[in-house]
Amino acid sequence: MSTTTAPETTEVEAPAQDWKGQSVPRKEDRRLVQGQGVFVDDVKRHGMGYIHFVRSPYAHAHITSIDVSQAEEMPGVYGTLTGEEVAALTDPFFQISSVPGANLKDYALAVGKVRYVGEAVVAVVAETRERARDASELVEIEYEPLAAITDARHAQDDGVPTIHDDAGGNLMWHGTYEWGDLDAAFAEADKIVTIDELHFHRFNSTPLECDGALVEYNRGVGQWTIHTNNQFPGFAAIMMGPAMRTGLDKLRFVTQDIGGGFGNKITSHPQLVACCLLARKLGRAVQWTEWRTDFHMSMSHGNERWFHETEVAVKSDGTLLGFRTKALDDAGAWLRYEPLGGVIWAQVTPGMYKWRNIRVDFTQVATNKAPVSPNRGYSRMQHLWFTERVIDIVAKELDIDPVEMRKRNYIKTEDMPYETPNGCVYDSGDYARMLDIGLELIDYANIDQRRLEATARGKLLGVGIGSTLDSGTNNFGQSRMINSELQFSGNNEVATVKLDIFGEIVVTLGTTPQGQGHETTAAQVVADILKCSVDDVHVRAGHDSYWNSHAGFSGTYASQFAVTGLSAVKGATDLLAAEIKKLAGAVFGGVPEEALELADGGVRIKDNPDAFLPFMACGAIINANNAGLPEDLGVTLNCRYVYRPPFEVPDIERKFGNLTLTYATQIHVAVIEIDPETGAYDIVDYAAVDDCGKRINPQIVEGQVMGATAHALGAATHEHYAYDEDGNLLTPNFYDYHVPHALDMPPLKTAATESPSPFTPLGTKGMGEGGGAGIHAICAAVQDALRGHGDAIVSDSCNPYHRVWEMLQAPAEAGGRVSVVDA
Amino acid sequence: MSTVTTSRSIKVTINGTTYEREVEARKLLIHFIRDDLDLTGSHIGCDTGNCGACSVIVDGSLVKSCMLLAVQADGATVETVEGLAHGDELNKLQQAFKDHHALQCGYCTPGMLMSATALLRANPHPSEDEIKKGLQGNICRCTGYWNIFEAVKAASE
Repeated sequence: MSTTTAPETTEVEAPAQDWKGQSVPRKEDRRLVQGQGVFVDDVKRHGMGYIHFVRSPYAHAHITSIDVSQAEEMPGVYGTLTGEEVAALTDPFFQISSVPGANLKDYALAVGKVRYVGEAVVAVVAETRERARDASELVEIEYEPLAAITDARHAQDDGVPTIHDDAGGNLMWHGTYEWGDLDAAFAEADKIVTIDELHFHRFNSTPLECDGALVEYNRGVGQWTIHTNNQFPGFAAIMMGPAMRTGLDKLRFVTQDIGGGFGNKITSHPQLVACCLLARKLGRAVQWTEWRTDFHMSMSHGNERWFHETEVAVKSDGTLLGFRTKALDDAGAWLRYEPLGGVIWAQVTPGMYKWRNIRVDFTQVATNKAPVSPNRGYSRMQHLWFTERVIDIVAKELDIDPVEMRKRNYIKTEDMPYETPNGCVYDSGDYARMLDIGLELIDYANIDQRRLEATARGKLLGVGIGSTLDSGTNNFGQSRMINSELQFSGNNEVATVKLDIFGEIVVTLGTTPQGQGHETTAAQVVADILKCSVDDVHVRAGHDSYWNSHAGFSGTYASQFAVTGLSAVKGATDLLAAEIKKLAGAVFGGVPEEALELADGGVRIKDNPDAFLPFMACGAIINANNAGLPEDLGVTLNCRYVYRPPFEVPDIERKFGNLTLTYATQIHVAVIEIDPETGAYDIVDYAAVDDCGKRINPQIVEGQVMGATAHALGAATHEHYAYDEDGNLLTPNFYDYHVPHALDMPPLKTAATESPSPFTPLGTKGMGEGGGAGIHAICAAVQDALRGHGDAIVSDSCNPYHRVWEMLQAPAEAGGRVSVVDA
Repeated sequence: MSTVTTSRSIKVTINGTTYEREVEARKLLIHFIRDDLDLTGSHIGCDTGNCGACSVIVDGSLVKSCMLLAVQADGATVETVEGLAHGDELNKLQQAFKDHHALQCGYCTPGMLMSATALLRANPHPSEDEIKKGLQGNICRCTGYWNIFEAVKAASE
C-alpha cells in the first residue's frame, strides 16, 4: 500500500546499537489496543455532576432575560451558571491583540449578547448527562435578534451591524508587512499577473475525541484540579489565572491520553473556567464532555482567509521577483488565540521560493461565526496555499511547465541556511531533489501517455504539486508584531530524568501528546545516552503540572516536540549521565569521570570493566544509603533540564527576525481523473515526500505524514464549515461534515529524505502538521485537468465535485479571474 | 391511572461477565457500558452513529452501541475491546495494529478493532477492497487508514 523508497540521505548511518533512527514499536500502544487508555471522559469522581451548556440559537442577538429557576427545581439538578455570574466572578480574558481587538470583553459564557450560533449562554449541572440536557430545556432565555455578518468581505461595509461595540466596529487587527523593494521588482518585471480573489475555506481537523474536563475544587487550599484534554495547558493557565483572579499554581492541569488535538484543543479555556466556577459553586466535582455538534458549532475552526488584488512580478522565463496582496482573515466571533494568525503565516513568507520583494496587507475582522483558533498547519497552510496557487496560476498564464516553474524558483540546497526577506532562516533541505523523488513515484515520465489513456476512457487527467514547509519551534517574540506591548519571546520545554531507588529510569515530559508517540521517542533518546534498552526507560504518560516538569510554553502544538521536547530530554539525560559518573567516581574512590563509561545498564571503569556499578546500586546509594558520601558531591540523580532555543527578539518596526527554528519540508504530487459528465474525480496516484531532518522513529514520522495527508485530502475535497446567511452552521455533525472514510483513501506512496537541522541538538526538525500540501496538490491537479476544457482557474481551496462541474460548465464565472499585462 | 415506566432491570453478559442493572429506558448502550459498568475502552466520537468509536459485537453482530438502547441489549452477549486480549497477551489483530503503527491517539482504535474482528470472522481472508468496506463505518482522524489496512491484512494472513 504505502511504498517507502530508500532515500539517498545525507544522514550519517547510525551505529547498530543506536535506538534513534529505528522504528521502535510504540510504548503507548499496549494500553491503547486493549482499551486501557485513560481519556478525559474516562475519569470519574464520586457524586460528580454532568455539565450541559445551553447554547445560542441565534448568530447575533441581545439577551434580554435568563430564567434558570425551573431548571434548578428539577429533581437531580445540582445547579446552573449564567453569564451574569461569570461577569461578577471573573475578569475578561486577556487579549493578545492590539486595539481595536484588544478592547473585546470575552468571558466564559455570553454576557448580555450572543455572537454566533452555538455560543454557550448557560451551564446546567445534573446527576446524569440526560438529566442535564432535560433541565437545559427548561432554561428560559429571551433574545432580541440582530442582523448577522457571515461574509468577512462585507464586515467593514457601511451600515453593517457591529459585533463588538467595545471594538467600535468589526475590524479586529490590521498590519502591513513589506520587505524588499516592490517598486523595483515591478519595474524589473516583464509580466505582471493579477489575481482578483483567492479563498481559503473554513474547516478543522475534528479530532475524534471532543473537548472535555473533570474539575475538582479543593476548598481548603483553594486549588482546582483540572483533568482535561487541553493540549496547551501553559496557554490555558495564563488565560485562566488572571481571569479567575488566582495564581497559576492553583490551577493543576492533568492529562493522560488525548484523542487527537491538531491544534483544535488549545482554546478550551472558556469552558474550563465555567467548569472551575461550577466545581467551586456546587462543592462537587463536575464533568464536561463536549457533544460532537457542540464541537462543530463552537470549537476552533481553522482560519478562513481571502487574498485580494494579488499582483505578481515575474520575468518572461518564469523567474519570480515578488508579489503584493491583501489578506483578509475571518476570525469569527471572538479572538481566542487570534489575531496570532495575522503573524504566524510570516514564518513561511516566501514559501519555498526565492522572491525577495513581498508586501502583505493583513486585516482580520470579526464575523458571527464560530471563533477560529489553531488548526493543523495553522496560518502557514493558508499562506502556503496562496503561494502554491500563485505559482501554478503564473505558470499557466505564462505557459511554463509547473515543475520547471518550481525548480527555477525554489530556494536551492546550496543556499541553506537561507535568510528569507523577513529574517527567518530556512535551516536545510533539497526541494528540487524531493520533487524529483515525488515525480518518480507517480511515474511522471510517462504522464503524457497516461493522459491519453485517460482521455480514451472519457476522463480528464490532471497532475498537481504541493510544496510546503512545516515551520516548527516558534519564537513567541513574533507575537509582538501583533501587539508591541506583549512580553513574550523565545520558547522552552522541560524534561526531568531520574534514577529511582531500584535503578528505574523515570522520565517526565512537559508535553501533552495526542498520539505522537512521545513516550517512545523520548525513551529512544534516553536509551542512547544511558546505554540501556528502551524497555528500561519508563516515560510517564501524559502531563501533570504538579510534576514540576513544565514551563511557560509547555504543551504539544506547532510541530516542535522533536526539537523542544527531545532536546529537553537529551539535556536532562546528559546531566543524569554526568551525575552517575560523578557518583561512581566517588564510590570507586576518586576515579575521574573521563575514565568512566556507561554500559549495560550501569557505569564502569573503561580500563577495568569488572569495576561495574549497576544503575540499581547508583539509585540505592543516593536515595537510601548515602552516609559517608562526600559533602560536596552535588549529585541527586534527579535532573531537570529546560531547553531554550537560540532566539532573539524580532525587530518589531521592520517585522523582521527568525520566527521559527526549523523547517521540515513536504512535496506532494497528486494525479487525479475527472469525470467531465459529473465533475466527480478520483485520486488515482499520490506521492508524499517528507524531510524532517534526523528522524528519531521513521515509522512514527511516516504516520504523521499519512495523517496530515488525509487531513489535507479531506479539506481539499469535502470538509467545509458552511454557514447560511443567517449564521446557521450547515455542517454541524459527521453526516453533513464529511471526513475521509476508509473507502475515500487513494493509493499512497511515501518517501523520506533527511537533511539534519544544523540548529538543533539532535539534528531533528519539528514535523506533524505538514503544510497542507495535499490541498495545494489537489487544487493544482484540478486546474491541470481542466486545461483545454474551459481552462478554469482554481481559486478556492475546497473543490467538491459540484464545484469542479461548475468550473467545467462555466469556467469564467466559477473559476478565478486572472489577467496578465506586459510591464 | 397507569404510570409510565421509565426504567427497567436488564441483564447483559459482557466479555463473559453477567451484569444485572436497573437502567433508564432511554439510556444508550454505550453510556450503559461506559458510565454504569465503567468499561471505558469503547469510546464516543460523534453522537450520530457516524464514527464507529463505540462499535461492539452484540450476539455476534457488529453494532454501534450509540445506536442501541441499553434495554435492547437485555439478555444479550456483548463483546468489547476489553475482551480481545488473552490475559496479558495481545491477540493477533491487536498485535498487528501495534506492529504496523495502525494507531496514533488510540481513540478510534477500540471500535476499529471490533469492526476488524467482525470482518475477519465473516471473511478470514479479505481483499483490500473488502477491508476498506469492512472499516468504512469507523472514522480515524490520525492515520489516514493506510496502516490500519495493512494491520488487518497482516492479521488475516
